[in-house]
Amino acid sequence: MFFALEFPPINAILRWQDIFPSFNKIGLIAVVSAILVMVFYALANRANPMLAPTGVRNVAETSVEFIEEGIVMQTMGRIGLPWTPFLLSLFLFIFLANIPGVIPVLQMPATARIAIPLGLSLLVWVVYIGTGLKHQGLGYVGHLLWPPGVPVALKPLVGLIEFVSTILVTPFSLTVRLFANMLAGHILLVTFGLLTESLLFAKTSQIFLVPMSILPFIMLVFLTAFEVLVAILQAYIFTILAAVYINNSMAAHDEH
Amino acid sequence: MEAMSMLVQQAEEFTADEAKSIAAATNAGFAYGLAAIGPAIGIGYLVGKSVEAMARQPEAAGMVRTTMFLGIAFTEALALIGFVVFILLKFA
Repeated sequence: MFFALEFPPINAILRWQDIFPSFNKIGLIAVVSAILVMVFYALANRANPMLAPTGVRNVAETSVEFIEEGIVMQTMGRIGLPWTPFLLSLFLFIFLANIPGVIPVLQMPATARIAIPLGLSLLVWVVYIGTGLKHQGLGYVGHLLWPPGVPVALKPLVGLIEFVSTILVTPFSLTVRLFANMLAGHILLVTFGLLTESLLFAKTSQIFLVPMSILPFIMLVFLTAFEVLVAILQAYIFTILAAVYINNSMAAHDEH
Repeated sequence: MEAMSMLVQQAEEFTADEAKSIAAATNAGFAYGLAAIGPAIGIGYLVGKSVEAMARQPEAAGMVRTTMFLGIAFTEALALIGFVVFILLKFA
């Protein structure tokens, strides 16, 4: 009514018929991506480690190397190398949950519903708080609230700010970043798909409108390529932020 | 005075639900547009400076790139919260 083309209600683009109660396509995509990661590394593990790597193992070794060189060494240094398996599984799971957004037939990133990003960031939250408690004991709580060198008069204020930013804002922003990026991409693709369709099948006397549908279609193709980039980038950013947070609670304020 | 009565007449043609969805759609547009201004300036400045740093010291490019992505992630979050507000206004 207020838009030139009628946008479907949000449930039509984000929700399908349940396959069976409380399990729909998004759940299916999430389960399949988790299983795919496991099968992939199980296959890679079967190859003989003494020979030069080929096929699946080659890809698996490249991915491990990418996480080690590109994320762990850049943010945590050598001390963080034991965290590689955790970060690798985070990265691959998020990537495989993102990429169905551009795969025909599936056409839905599982991370465009808030449940999966929220679950993942709560996992990261538990992990970095747990790491802090393990490495620094109960002193971690003090370090969390008061960075070194805060004047006594400012302690209540700084403590409040640090508490809110570490305990509340960090998992919230992790969640919203992944969720909103994938949802925005999905809605963008839906919009241009609808635009193409409604121009192509427009019942209008102005016949020159029909070939115009090539314009949104070109945009749709371009945006699909862009969404592949976003899927990789968001997985990378989520992983690197997890690494930074873990590193902060591991080594924080040793000088103090 | 005549213009006022025309406006009132116009307004009476919408039911409460329609008026609400008009207001929601208008405000949703403003919400995202305003939320995007700051992060746009921030990300532009950030990436520009990073490219400058990489051009000056190509050997530090890897480190600069990692830090750049971190900075982009933090800056972008503000725009994305604006986008979530847009979704909430438009559809909820």
